[in-house]
Amino acid sequence: MSYKGVWILGEQEAGNIKSVSYELLKRGRELADKLGVELTAVMLGKKMARERLQELVYRGADKVIVVEDPALEYFLPDPYVNAMEILINRHRPEILIASATSTGRTVAPALAIRCNTGLTADCTGLDIDAENGNLIQTRPAIGGNILATIRTPNHRPQMATVRPHSNKPLDPDRHRTGRIINESVDPALLKSRTKRLEFKKNEDAGSNIQDAEIVIAGGKGFKKEENFRILHEVAALLGGAVGATRDAVDLGWATYPHQVGLSGKTISPKLYMGIGISGSVQHLAGIKTSENIIAVNNDPEAQIFRVADFGIVGDLFEVLPLIKQKLQAIKKQ
Amino acid sequence: MKIVVPIKQVPETNNVKMDPVTGTMVRDGVEPIINPLDLYAIEEGVLLKERIGGEVRALSMGPKKAILAIKEAIAMGCDDGILLSDRAFAGADTWATSYVLSQAIKKIGDYDLIICGERATDGDTGQVGPGIATWLDIPFATYINKIVEIRENSLVVERMVEDGYEILEIETPCLLTVVKEINYPRLPSLRRKQLARQIEIPVWGPADIEADTKNLGLKGSPTRVVKISTPQVTRNGKLLTPKNENEIEAAVDQLIEFLQGKEII
Repeated sequence: MSYKGVWILGEQEAGNIKSVSYELLKRGRELADKLGVELTAVMLGKKMARERLQELVYRGADKVIVVEDPALEYFLPDPYVNAMEILINRHRPEILIASATSTGRTVAPALAIRCNTGLTADCTGLDIDAENGNLIQTRPAIGGNILATIRTPNHRPQMATVRPHSNKPLDPDRHRTGRIINESVDPALLKSRTKRLEFKKNEDAGSNIQDAEIVIAGGKGFKKEENFRILHEVAALLGGAVGATRDAVDLGWATYPHQVGLSGKTISPKLYMGIGISGSVQHLAGIKTSENIIAVNNDPEAQIFRVADFGIVGDLFEVLPLIKQKLQAIKKQ
Repeated sequence: MKIVVPIKQVPETNNVKMDPVTGTMVRDGVEPIINPLDLYAIEEGVLLKERIGGEVRALSMGPKKAILAIKEAIAMGCDDGILLSDRAFAGADTWATSYVLSQAIKKIGDYDLIICGERATDGDTGQVGPGIATWLDIPFATYINKIVEIRENSLVVERMVEDGYEILEIETPCLLTVVKEINYPRLPSLRRKQLARQIEIPVWGPADIEADTKNLGLKGSPTRVVKISTPQVTRNGKLLTPKNENEIEAAVDQLIEFLQGKEII
């Protein structure tokens, strides 16, 4: 039996489908159309409401495979990897893409070993080779200094994780039709050697920089911790999250979950604003795929201006309060 | 507790050259260092040893000069280390790399815990840790920012995810990949540096780890780097240099207009 079809691994939380799933559907739809094959969304969970699964069809899936089991309520490596391995062996898709989230980047590498196939991490581009139908995977590496094009010529499925927010989700089309299929997996194979005891949600709402549409980040230019407060205020006005450079984190002005860059998080928000950040290679590696980049720095030679769509050379202590004031004025209107 | 820490030697600078033919990295002429994110794995291993006793062994696959990385790990507190080095290992992707490291760990045999860095700063995949655990068929957990408790046959750990922290209990032996938040890596002491200099580092090849040669190196790797390009980073954006208060205000107005134009506000 040969390998056919494109799969995306959707993600859910408490039965709600996460938006990264819809981003994957957009990528998957393009690939499936080029190959002329079906696009399947796979959802694992405890209980998935029919209308939520239907949304996956509206947003591009031809078929939804859902496996429901209490062991799949939360992401844990053993049950997720086992379930996916079983499904892959059952249906043999030629391509499987997952999101490069904490879930996707954990389940995919284990699955690639199980299925004896290649995996390309954190792709920003996916395409199909018109000649042979192979998946062409593009990803930044070495701190974003190079773009590598990678193929998996002889192993199936071809697997990739895709950088979250590197593309928009597909808008729903309520006329689309598709099949929703419940599949079962032997519960004995969903046993986990890891138990989830508890979950501590981040109280600090501004720290989820990876999911945020807007991230405003600060660096050494802020001079001291107290000065970081205005960054939080502007972030709140924009409905965004607060990021920080490695220096700012090492100085204790922000905690590690806020750190952007090579030794922190790679982000692709709709808007990234770097304030008082010179733009080290390591920091820029974490922001390069942002849709819009704004920079404020008093040094006209600052590297961050090279990647900025809009920059102001000026003292952040003069510029940022003005930005705050103008945003407040707009909010009042 | 018997701990193994797989580490990677990476180029120091970001001006790395790529071989246009094989698509792999040219390592000549670039100062090699331990992957900065592996220092947290080493430190956590050494901290655990200091707390409850045991031994920590560093393991690396790479060229001969990766012995320096192992010596540095010993200088930080690891008891010893093993280098996996052979022409046949060269050009491996994460699949083939995790195979070789897992074979070496099987050979070591007796271990309770494997600690990896979150990812390497050059390849930036984070795939080798989960890969090793899968080859060994042991439980694993990624993005660990804290080891909360050590139990008889398990560990309680905290895992950093996008919107918070999971508290997990994981059976041992297991593999953890750790994030920067977990500790502050120490600097090697002079005494340990001297000690590291004297320690002989065994170098293992495919036969030593009973590796299936078809799984090794570039030949054994399912993925192929087919092209390397240097992305254009300059966006040629608008840059304003206001000279006085009025100009600053005008610049900020333009910034707000930019945001409105992009429908961000």
